[in-house]
Amino acid sequence: MYGGGNVFETMKATALGDEDPVKLAEFEARIDRGEKIEPTDWMPQLYRKQLIRMIEQHAHSEIIGALPEGTWITRAPGFKRKLALMAKVQDEVGHGQLLYSAAETLGKSRESMLDDLVSGKSKYSNIFNYPAFTWADSCFISWLVDAGAIVNQVANSKGSYGPYCRALERICAEESFHLKYGHHCVIHLATGTKKQREMMQAAVNRWWAPMMHFFGPSDKISVHSEILMRWKVKMASNDACRQQFLDMYVPKIWELGLTIPDDKLQKNPETGEWEFTEPDWDEFKRVINGDGPCNKERLAVRKIAEERGRWVRKALLAPKSKYVTPLA
Amino acid sequence: MNTEALKDLLYKMADDQLILGHRNSEWTGFGPLLEEDIAFSSMAQDKVGQSWQLYKILNDLGESDPDTVAFMRNADQFHNCQLVELPNGEYDFSLIRHFLFDTAELIRFTMLANSSYEPLALLAKKIKGEIKYHKMHADIWIKQLGSATEESIERLQESFNIAFPYALGIFEPSQMEEEIINEGLFEGEEKLKAAWLAKVSEIIDKTSLTLPEASLQTPVYGGRYGTHTDNLQPLLDEMSEVFKMDPAADW
Repeated sequence: MYGGGNVFETMKATALGDEDPVKLAEFEARIDRGEKIEPTDWMPQLYRKQLIRMIEQHAHSEIIGALPEGTWITRAPGFKRKLALMAKVQDEVGHGQLLYSAAETLGKSRESMLDDLVSGKSKYSNIFNYPAFTWADSCFISWLVDAGAIVNQVANSKGSYGPYCRALERICAEESFHLKYGHHCVIHLATGTKKQREMMQAAVNRWWAPMMHFFGPSDKISVHSEILMRWKVKMASNDACRQQFLDMYVPKIWELGLTIPDDKLQKNPETGEWEFTEPDWDEFKRVINGDGPCNKERLAVRKIAEERGRWVRKALLAPKSKYVTPLA
Repeated sequence: MNTEALKDLLYKMADDQLILGHRNSEWTGFGPLLEEDIAFSSMAQDKVGQSWQLYKILNDLGESDPDTVAFMRNADQFHNCQLVELPNGEYDFSLIRHFLFDTAELIRFTMLANSSYEPLALLAKKIKGEIKYHKMHADIWIKQLGSATEESIERLQESFNIAFPYALGIFEPSQMEEEIINEGLFEGEEKLKAAWLAKVSEIIDKTSLTLPEASLQTPVYGGRYGTHTDNLQPLLDEMSEVFKMDPAADW
């Protein structure tokens, strides 16, 4: 699952100066016609770089996102929830695998992407730097963070790079089941015993600010790149995704008798737009730059997994080992 | 039919699947490569699902509902072998345990497909179809890592030596072993163990690993009678942490 707020490469005015103008015009014409760009097609260096960065961040978000929810697999209450949550988190890891493969088609290996994740060079979705304190937090993530991710990913699946679009289509199909599972869990808590209702409300209170941050900084302050929109790398603005999410899910949250910790939150009947307290973008920047409640823990876990698994990966590459026939 | 003997058989199998399934699920997010996170999660889902089905048969025989049975008992009421409750350790230990346990499980459920108790025979047919893939997965990795680098061979051999006595504990005879065999419910642990040893050797022979020496071959028993290592109760406490907040609630 992944929201907006991508950190794109800073672009220099001369970035396209070295490109062949005829090929560039042809490339842009293809995108205008709605064609997909495939791995072996010509593409400007800048397009390649920005896509690698975006898909890589998305892939990292999937595998880091597996950590806050993963901690609840061993504590899920009852067989039904335990099995569903295992399958759900497994899907997220699978999305990571799929996305690393999509990024590899652009020329960066999975190993070097994982190295950049562990070293802190590349980013992942900010929301996973917050802790999942209770079972209700994990339910919030499964329902609403996944819902937010679907909004963003459906938009991006209409983008211009073939392998990424195809990966996203499959990912969105799976995410839609996660959302149903999460909604089911939240309904049970929100309409359950007093303790369950309180637990759910506390989770909404904790997660609302990170959820508003999830779609990235407001278009008013985010550095906008016209060229990324024109090349269909970035498909929808952060504010448009946030509005769509609020429109689809705020009524559903209220319907369950839960409150949202923002007294300014309301739909303006004239404009049809949701109004809300401006999220704290300084906190967003602080967390994305490494100073959130869980940044260190998340990266440490990833680093340990990388280190502990190194001998296994090395043994797979051992030149002398006999070739083992794959599954029948 | 001797219902007590049947329950005895079902409980130990269901508890084995639940506890190892739980352990397998702990690899989610921590595997040596993403493909292994995914594989261990699939096996975890199969195993927890299998335990659920076995508890459902117990429920039909008059025991409490599966959630209560799984989430409300203490360690001394569990009948799993100690092998499955040991912590995951490094990947080499988890892999060796998976290999030793699933080699036994595939034979066990193949045998149980002929059980005189029809609901169990039907379920066993389904389960053996799932475990077939667990065994394939284990065999491929054991063959690869068991003959790759010096480090991988050494790690696997060490874990093999540690796990082997516990693996022999899988076959700890039940107090109703005779009834179980005489009723045709299951052909018995002794027979299973012999077949298992042959299958384990078959794969090990294709690697640079060796079967642990005789001195390491004293079985660790007790699990089937509720005696466990210190690892099981904390696992159960974690598993039931949310459920026990309100066991009557609908989660």
